[in-house]
Amino acid sequence: MLGLNKKDTGLFLFVLALIVFAPFILNPFPESSDLARFNAGYPDLMQRFVIFGIFAIGFNILFGLTGYLSFGHAAFLGVGSYAGVWMMKLLTVNIVPALIAAIVVAGIFSLVIGYICLRRSGIYFSILTLAFAQMSFALAYSVLTPITAGETGLQLSLADPRILEAANASGTIPAANFFGLEMRSGFDWAVGDWVFTFNFGYYLCAVFMLIAFYISIRIFRSPFGMMLRAVKSNQQRMGYTGLNSKPYMLAAFVISGMYAGLAGGLMVAVDPLAGADRMFWTASGEVVLMTILGGVGTLLGPVLGAGMIKYFENIFSRLNESDLNALFGFLPDFIQAPLVTVAQMFVGDGWLMTLGLMFMLIVIFLPGGLLEGVQRLGALVSRKKKTNEPSQPAAAPAE
Amino acid sequence: MKILTVEGVNKSFGGLKALNNVNFSVEQGAKHAIIGPNGAGKSTFLNCMIGRLAPDTGTVMFGDISLTGMKPYEINQVGVSRVFQTPEIFGDLTLLENVMIPSLAKRDGEYALHPFKRMEHDAEIRDKAMHMLEDVNLENKRDMTASSLSRGDKRRLELAMCLSQDPKLLLLDEPTAGMSRADTNKTIDLLKRIGDRGITKVVIEHDMHVVFSLADKVTVLAQGTIIAEGKPEDIKGDPRVQEAYLGGAHL
Amino acid sequence: MDAIILQILNGLDKGSAYALIALGLTLIFGTLGVVNFAHGALFMLGAFCAVTLNALFTLSHQVIDPSRTDFLGNPLRVEIPYLVEWFGEATGNAIIDWSVPLSILIAIPVMAAIGLAMERGLIKHFYKRPHADQILVTFGLAIVLQQVVKYFYGANPIPMPAPDAFVGTYDFGVLLGFDPFSIMYPYWRLVYFLFSLVIIAAVFAFLRYTTFGMVVRAGMADRETVGLLGINIGRRFTIMFAIAAIVAGLAGVMYTPIVAPNYNMGMNFLVLSFVVVVVGGMGSLPGAVLAGFMLGILESFASMAAVIDIVPGINQVIIYLVAIVVLLVRPRGLMGRKGVMED
Repeated sequence: MLGLNKKDTGLFLFVLALIVFAPFILNPFPESSDLARFNAGYPDLMQRFVIFGIFAIGFNILFGLTGYLSFGHAAFLGVGSYAGVWMMKLLTVNIVPALIAAIVVAGIFSLVIGYICLRRSGIYFSILTLAFAQMSFALAYSVLTPITAGETGLQLSLADPRILEAANASGTIPAANFFGLEMRSGFDWAVGDWVFTFNFGYYLCAVFMLIAFYISIRIFRSPFGMMLRAVKSNQQRMGYTGLNSKPYMLAAFVISGMYAGLAGGLMVAVDPLAGADRMFWTASGEVVLMTILGGVGTLLGPVLGAGMIKYFENIFSRLNESDLNALFGFLPDFIQAPLVTVAQMFVGDGWLMTLGLMFMLIVIFLPGGLLEGVQRLGALVSRKKKTNEPSQPAAAPAE
Repeated sequence: MKILTVEGVNKSFGGLKALNNVNFSVEQGAKHAIIGPNGAGKSTFLNCMIGRLAPDTGTVMFGDISLTGMKPYEINQVGVSRVFQTPEIFGDLTLLENVMIPSLAKRDGEYALHPFKRMEHDAEIRDKAMHMLEDVNLENKRDMTASSLSRGDKRRLELAMCLSQDPKLLLLDEPTAGMSRADTNKTIDLLKRIGDRGITKVVIEHDMHVVFSLADKVTVLAQGTIIAEGKPEDIKGDPRVQEAYLGGAHL
Repeated sequence: MDAIILQILNGLDKGSAYALIALGLTLIFGTLGVVNFAHGALFMLGAFCAVTLNALFTLSHQVIDPSRTDFLGNPLRVEIPYLVEWFGEATGNAIIDWSVPLSILIAIPVMAAIGLAMERGLIKHFYKRPHADQILVTFGLAIVLQQVVKYFYGANPIPMPAPDAFVGTYDFGVLLGFDPFSIMYPYWRLVYFLFSLVIIAAVFAFLRYTTFGMVVRAGMADRETVGLLGINIGRRFTIMFAIAAIVAGLAGVMYTPIVAPNYNMGMNFLVLSFVVVVVGGMGSLPGAVLAGFMLGILESFASMAAVIDIVPGINQVIIYLVAIVVLLVRPRGLMGRKGVMED
């Protein structure tokens, strides 16, 4: 199907099903139960799942295939966001020009930065990307305030020209839409004690993620993808094999930058506000984590990783002391009290602690990410011997 | 006709003179061996030919193309392939992929961005790669990752990678180093077969058995200078060679 | 001219901090071959050693002071630190006043312990792993350390006083023959600069004049060969990690009176320190120190109003800009050696 082999088609359909049925899958608990706080089926969060999914899929094309660790990819997401909001201010609140601009501007930006950064490899490459991203961040906060609106963040206002739109007499800022369909439109469907929310903005983002996922499968299976893996495996050998790795690397860098731009564009399409904090280096670190959490260099990994991180971020950071008390309420008091105290370190503001620990545990025990974990479990269950050990990185060339 | 001409090449590392005014040429279709004691500058010499090192002075001509200053991938694209002393392969990739990559480089040039083409549909490249793997008896392992191979198999794989490009000139840096006698003989047979395809070969080797089975011409390098050149039989008897290389002992 | 001297002085304290952190980073790079993203967190932990000691020193209890009354006419309850009670007014208050410099005494064993625990418990297992993994695991560790500190100390910066003797500014203008008040420089910053020079000198002397240091330097140049000589280079490297942790920690302790510490102070310094290390040349200790001071001073110059008027925003990006240019023109940094961290 669609030029995919059987296995990839299965993978694609799996992701398709996940996305279509997300409103059900993410809302497994009835509204009135205590566990309803673990539901994630509301539009805002679902949108973030797929948007960060796109970001991580793109990042994985660079990091997963070539092994070049960029610590500045959030810059492209930020640039995409700004470009998107400007299109919505200048042209129309229809999101199509915004998305196109987000992808194009991020693409150009990543072309320039990639061209410079790719002259170095390894840790030097990481530092260079980090330096560029931090520069973008600092400039967005200071000198570029006329373009970025600095700390307040760039947003729509009534006075925007919106030249492609009819005069607006309503006195309110028009809502972002896709040819008239408002991003926030949708409906709830109550089944017994369950409420499932269907939101247009989510499904639109989801379509983009599917396209992004499809393209990434095709890239993985193409000669281009093979060359990128060859870069990771032994870049020197590539040279002696008659291949110039620069164009491949640059293409991968720009593609992943455009993915980040699309993610940034979609972010402002569902919520027209762009802030510089999206470019901060912790945001770049987050997408790295998503990718390794799911499984670097795998197709499905980044999608799962993005979902996991955003879910935990949301659920953990919302939990507070009374939630914890309720959660551990079944325990005797003398256990409950200390348990809640300890657990408090990991929820609410302390959610970053959970993130950091997850980061460490994954890198230490599951360098292949969750997918490798699942595979190991599967192998354990079926008692099958693994034939293909994950290979060690090739030894440094000696001469 | 000369396929490779090296003129007046010097190379120093700090105070150490690794190559001292080396003049050297290889005839089209020749099987040429470079021998010499450890530290004679053989590997440095090879590195200067393929662009891994830049010679301080002198020229390296491939036919009428100057290789000096060219990047490694450009040198490969004009038809020079190299097998390394320590196998340089794509360890994370399968054997089949390892051989398909050089074939692609040969067919599509130094880069070709085909993000949507499907690798498995490229029958031409695939068949050629399979054929190459059969040539080196690795076809049964084609879906294994290359890093899991034994050292001898890695060398054969690397050889297949180079051969899949139908190079005009093949440089081999101690192709049998660290191999058992049986593996060495297999490799010799393999290399002899290549010779029949008209590929010019330059072999750096320690093992005299290999040199005399493979080469029709031998150049002796000692302390960065060429001290003798000629047919294997002549070299064997040359007193200067015995002095420098063998320390006077007879072969 | 006086403006230039002022900017150089202003750059020195930040430059000192960069140099100290970069020095530790380079030691770890050079010896263990590990890219330590948690090094900024070590700087921060050092700062919180000072915060902790200060809090301990100022532990107090209420006593009734019969000689004074509150506005209702009752005897006044006043807080008396235990130290004052135990050692008397003068000594007690002096100890409290000097809590920051005194923190050095506890920071050394604490940071050494943290460094050893980190190396033995975590870093050791990452020597053979790709640099990307090292970056990621230490990045995770940095987040955890930050959050632990945030949990116990809160998110707000905690101002720390310098000893009274060093409060105030010194007028370099008079000293150097310019107008009075033209070059005012806080005493504590001067102390910080001198302190960092002492630390740097101590590290260099240690590496140069002790056999231990000689082995470590040899190991930095060629680990395998030194290993072949039958020297247990691993244990020495562990100790070097602890030393790097101590250096970062002391830099943090003494920095507290300059900028009030909070839990993420280390991260800001870390990113810049990495840039410093790269500019100096990965693996070069003199390079790290030189680049640290150079970039600190450059940053200070870029913050001059006259400069910002010409190139707006330059103060925000100057360090990154320099790093980019250096990396592109001199890939190995100012004083880098060939072959360090190039894969």
